[in-house]
Amino acid sequence: MSKFIMTRRGLLRAGAASGVALAAPMHFIRGAYAEDISCNMPKGDTVTFGWSVPLTGPYADEGADELKAFQLAVKHLNGEGDGGMIPTMKPAALKGNGVLGKKVAQVHGDSQTKTDAARDNSKRMIERDGAIMISGGSSSAEAVAVQSLCQDMGVIHMSGLTHSNDTTGKDKKRYGFRHFFNAYQSGVALGPVIAEAYGKDRKAYHLTADYTWGWTQEESMKAATEALGWQTVAAVRTPLGSADFSQYITPVLNSGADVLILNHYGKDMVNSLTQSVQFGLRDKEVNGKKFEIVVPLFSELMAQGAGDAVKGIYGTSNWDWKLDDDATKAFTKSFGQEYGAPPSQAAHTCYVQALLYADACERAGTFFAPAVIKALEGFEFDGLGNGSTLYRAEDHQCMKSCLVVQGKENPKDKYDLMEIVKVVPREVTTYDPAIFGGELGPSDAKQC
Amino acid sequence: MDAILLQILNGLDKGGAYALIALGLTLVFGTLGVVNFAHGALFMLGAFCAVTFNKLLNLESVVIDPSQTTAWGTPLEVRTPYIEALLGDFGAYLHDYSVPFSILLAIPVMLIIGIVMERGLIRHFYKRPHADQILVTFGLAIVIQEIIKHFFGANPIPQPAPMAFGGTAYVGEIFGMGQTLAYPWWRIIYFLFSLGVIGAVFAFLQFTTYGMVVRAGMRDRETVGLLGIDIERRFTVVFGLASVVAGVAGVMYTPILPPDYHMGMEFLVLSFVVVVVGGMGSLGGAVAAGFLLGILQSFASMNEVKAIIPGIDQIIIYLVAVVILLTLPRGLMGRKGVMED
Repeated sequence: MSKFIMTRRGLLRAGAASGVALAAPMHFIRGAYAEDISCNMPKGDTVTFGWSVPLTGPYADEGADELKAFQLAVKHLNGEGDGGMIPTMKPAALKGNGVLGKKVAQVHGDSQTKTDAARDNSKRMIERDGAIMISGGSSSAEAVAVQSLCQDMGVIHMSGLTHSNDTTGKDKKRYGFRHFFNAYQSGVALGPVIAEAYGKDRKAYHLTADYTWGWTQEESMKAATEALGWQTVAAVRTPLGSADFSQYITPVLNSGADVLILNHYGKDMVNSLTQSVQFGLRDKEVNGKKFEIVVPLFSELMAQGAGDAVKGIYGTSNWDWKLDDDATKAFTKSFGQEYGAPPSQAAHTCYVQALLYADACERAGTFFAPAVIKALEGFEFDGLGNGSTLYRAEDHQCMKSCLVVQGKENPKDKYDLMEIVKVVPREVTTYDPAIFGGELGPSDAKQC
Repeated sequence: MDAILLQILNGLDKGGAYALIALGLTLVFGTLGVVNFAHGALFMLGAFCAVTFNKLLNLESVVIDPSQTTAWGTPLEVRTPYIEALLGDFGAYLHDYSVPFSILLAIPVMLIIGIVMERGLIRHFYKRPHADQILVTFGLAIVIQEIIKHFFGANPIPQPAPMAFGGTAYVGEIFGMGQTLAYPWWRIIYFLFSLGVIGAVFAFLQFTTYGMVVRAGMRDRETVGLLGIDIERRFTVVFGLASVVAGVAGVMYTPILPPDYHMGMEFLVLSFVVVVVGGMGSLGGAVAAGFLLGILQSFASMNEVKAIIPGIDQIIIYLVAVVILLTLPRGLMGRKGVMED
């Protein structure tokens, strides 16, 4: 009969062998512990949001207002101030104690209304400052460039003011989300109003900012007006940031066109509209009709810059502080008391984007990017100033109402420059996401 | 016909700005032999004299009116510019005409800046190669730009034209063509202003003893010196005069192009082309080339022209410069021996 004798050496060997045997499966399942980690998930008691806003360049006024809105949003998310639109948002998981119990910290950079600067900013904020989400921007070129970078780095991009169809069309990304409306929706909303005001027998001349937003704005306005019977005489591209439009305006005078459509935004629009009026376009009569100017995308900030030139001009807007709903009133009160002026549509969309991202983290119960993306996709909400809104899962574009506005003839003060002519309902502005193509891409988590 | 006349008008106001900057550039080159790359910055500084003057006029008192509230529930702030409170209607008039009035500020300021620049820096580079002059004046331009950016920010600051000249002039009516030919009043005024300044500079050089000495110095500096005339001091004044010309050109251009810290650089490159096309050191050549290139650029931006050669409006000036320099190497009115060493 054999006798089992355990020596000290034998015990050590057996122990080591058992350790290896038990640890071996860990090699194959170690990824399971990392799968809930995505880029810049917070480790301390703060979570950092990054704002890439144009503080210089042709869209600088919008950028400055966006930054104010972000700072106000952070204040409200951290439970300071009157809460702004947090109490009016429905459904809302936000508690006013930061996000998932962590205080919100913020960093920002000047994107200069340039794509390369916007990408550099965003990369710096992600890599150096640990930003978990990037938002802001007033140009679609910036939005497209930054959301592509964010897709590569696995960081969610909640775009600010971007109106090109491409942002949530051919260039859409799984990590990119847009609350602002787009050029297609502007065309659908504005077309019938200007056809009714100016008639269906019109000849239009387009001056278009030469980048993604301008191209899609021109395309959408052409489609909308031509469908109503208008002819397009010419469509001329102008470099972004042009200050003197005289060389582009003089050919309009003898082109036979009786409507000038300015597919410009920000300072470009202020300059092109002011100079068009100086060249006497609005006093002209062509083809037996009064010459008209249309600005498809309009804002209060631009109206302030353009002064009297804006009176009577039709355009569209994502939102206006004079809307009569509780959410708009609450936000206007918060913003006005903080900064002494009402918020612009750029400020509104940025504030809303910051709240929506924070709310999605709360609903997902994590900062893990793929889970937050899931929480945002198909989210139906109300109480943020645009009525009932859907964050459409197919293209990450918000489906909601938008406004047709007109420059006021007799404003009360410098903030009362636009009149809301029509609130175009969500059913009218909703379209098939397939018409603009593009692929969202994967939502795989990335570590940075 | 209307389209052609419009492009001529358009070219004239652009050409006016090119000619005024190029005039100062070529004046400095002709007298001091200095290639001044900071000249565009002087144009920009002039524009910011208008901005400063306007800011001074806009200083306002703020009174809280508790009986009125804003849409966001705070008491209304009633703001009144001091100038209007103090001077009443004349204050409002001064405010409206702030751009032309700021010339009164720009002249002494630009004269002092020009003289300080010449005495403090440029004169140390008279005998240095042109490459050194270009480097130092380019560096100076960047320093001036950054100072302006620090104090005024990076964004353009619009300056309104006076109300009376903010609208449209129906030029066609003068020629019995009805209202088909319309052009902004301020641009016409700018063109006339540029003609006036150019005429004044030529008259100063042509009909005054001071100008005669300067012209003699441009031809033969040493002989004028041997006659006991302090030609260096006169050339310093000429540098000051060139900076005043650039400055007032900048002031009056502000309602056309909202000034920012970078505007000088945009004009500098084109103005150098104008100087080269006109002939280095030739005052008449600079003026002629300024207007010629302004008008050509305007014609090149007509849709009919761009349909044949796309993008021609962006390159026409450089294309013309190449052709002129190939056929007339000294430029349109260049003198023999200038920049030929």
